Amino acid sequence: MKARGEKIAQRILLVIALSAISSLILIALFIFKEGTPVMLRMGLRKFLFSREWDPQAGLFGIYPMIAASLWVTLGAMLIGAPLGIAGAIFLNEFVPKTVLRIVKPAIELLAGIPSVVYGFIGVMVLAPLIRDHLGGPGLSILAAAIILGVMILPTVISISTDAIGAVPNSYREGALALGATRWQAVHMVILKAARSGIMASIILAMGRAIGDLKAARSGIMASIILAMGRAIGETMAVIMVAGNTVKLPHSVLDSARTLTATIAFEMASATGRHREALFAIGVVLFVIIMILNTCATVSLRGRTTRS
Amino acid sequence: MSLDAKIRFELVSLFYGAFEALKQVNMTMAERQITALIGPSGCGKSTLLRTLNRMNDLIPGVRITGLVRVDGRNIYAPGTDVTTLRKRIGMVFQRPNPFPLSVRDNVSFGLRVAGLTSRADVEPILERSLRAAWLWDQVKDRLDQSALDLPLDQQQRLCIARLLAVEPDIILMDEPCSALDPIATGKVEDLMLELKKQYTIVIVTHNMQQAARISDVTGYMLLGDMIESGATAALFTNPQDRRTQDYLSGRYG
Repeated sequence: MKARGEKIAQRILLVIALSAISSLILIALFIFKEGTPVMLRMGLRKFLFSREWDPQAGLFGIYPMIAASLWVTLGAMLIGAPLGIAGAIFLNEFVPKTVLRIVKPAIELLAGIPSVVYGFIGVMVLAPLIRDHLGGPGLSILAAAIILGVMILPTVISISTDAIGAVPNSYREGALALGATRWQAVHMVILKAARSGIMASIILAMGRAIGDLKAARSGIMASIILAMGRAIGETMAVIMVAGNTVKLPHSVLDSARTLTATIAFEMASATGRHREALFAIGVVLFVIIMILNTCATVSLRGRTTRS
Repeated sequence: MSLDAKIRFELVSLFYGAFEALKQVNMTMAERQITALIGPSGCGKSTLLRTLNRMNDLIPGVRITGLVRVDGRNIYAPGTDVTTLRKRIGMVFQRPNPFPLSVRDNVSFGLRVAGLTSRADVEPILERSLRAAWLWDQVKDRLDQSALDLPLDQQQRLCIARLLAVEPDIILMDEPCSALDPIATGKVEDLMLELKKQYTIVIVTHNMQQAARISDVTGYMLLGDMIESGATAALFTNPQDRRTQDYLSGRYG
């Protein structure tokens, strides 16, 4: 009786697992089927690197959007990663454990704030500040990078904290017993031990859309990868604050439009080739995310063979 | 109590919150000798060892009273620089804990902490320390490999080499052989007898035979009390306290 129940449960779980996997595969196939013809017709190089995006005229060059996505992501990383890692170090090494137990869940809660709220703050507060003090239209790559940098903080802090917390206490004791100060112990030993994990989490945060978050559970490397996943995939906040101009940006104060924002903006009105071109953008994002995910997995594998 | 004691505990008590882990311990330890602390688990011998490099300071809620004198000076006096103290009084831990760095960076760690980074300064100390820990021949061709790839007993001797590089004058050992097999244990014990010529060594051990083999003085602790301490040979053959007798003859507990 019991064995039979077990078998039925197994079957049901198998069906559920297969349908989850197959729907993912179908989505991927569909995106590629819709997106690749445009790239083949135009030539991959022309699609990726020509600067004219004018659907009415049949021009589909996505180079300005790729540039915008890279600038925004890079900027978000430059802002979010150092702040997040520093915060994680502080919480782990320089304050009592009780503070960590209270502050960490509070920070993780920040990840639950809808991105439209972050975007709203960006439009109302940040963009005017940039316009008044630095010039340009305000709604810009810089604004998007700052907002995104703040948005990825919870991811980076949370996973980096786990990574640093997972460093064996014997390293800490060994360093202090040799006369190291707290800070020397942190940067000479503890960060080295947690490095691959932190990296992985930041790369993942660059592509928020990634499904496989568990791969990056441990380590500072992991937190960096996660953060990159989030930054590349984030759409709503970037639409609101980046300014939405499809032209190649020349400074961080210029307006720009990212890959994801283009899809979100134009999908309602797109037909025919235009629609295919949007799917092709999806393919590009898909490939970027796959590359990031692979980096995350590889950096974590390096970590586990070490220990 | 002899006047030239290297280390002198005077009425040392230590509390974890309300729990009294050390009860008014008095003891002296002589220079260039091996002093062993024995006793059942939880008797306070590791705690006593860790008062010497103030590692107990890292545990929240610890309070200590009494005097711990090293070379006559109380190391708990206000204004004592703990990092300097820990460079003078090195520690080897129960499980080998080399850092996840290269062999070279492990040995030079203490030097880099002290601000000594130039290769010309570090190289001679590196070789001298590894030789003193009997490790040079095994690792001289793999100085840039990860220390975590060494076998356990070599890792433990690397931890000893790491200490010797900063030229401490006291070495604390907290059950240094408990993760090692008998052959590796023998090697570390021989090394300790060699090191004793230059250093004052205090070792905590679960292994009474080990204490008998290598130490000059042994202290027996029970429930935070120093029951009895004295020359190792005398303590093992003719213990003065009933409780020491019981422990040594295996009748404890």
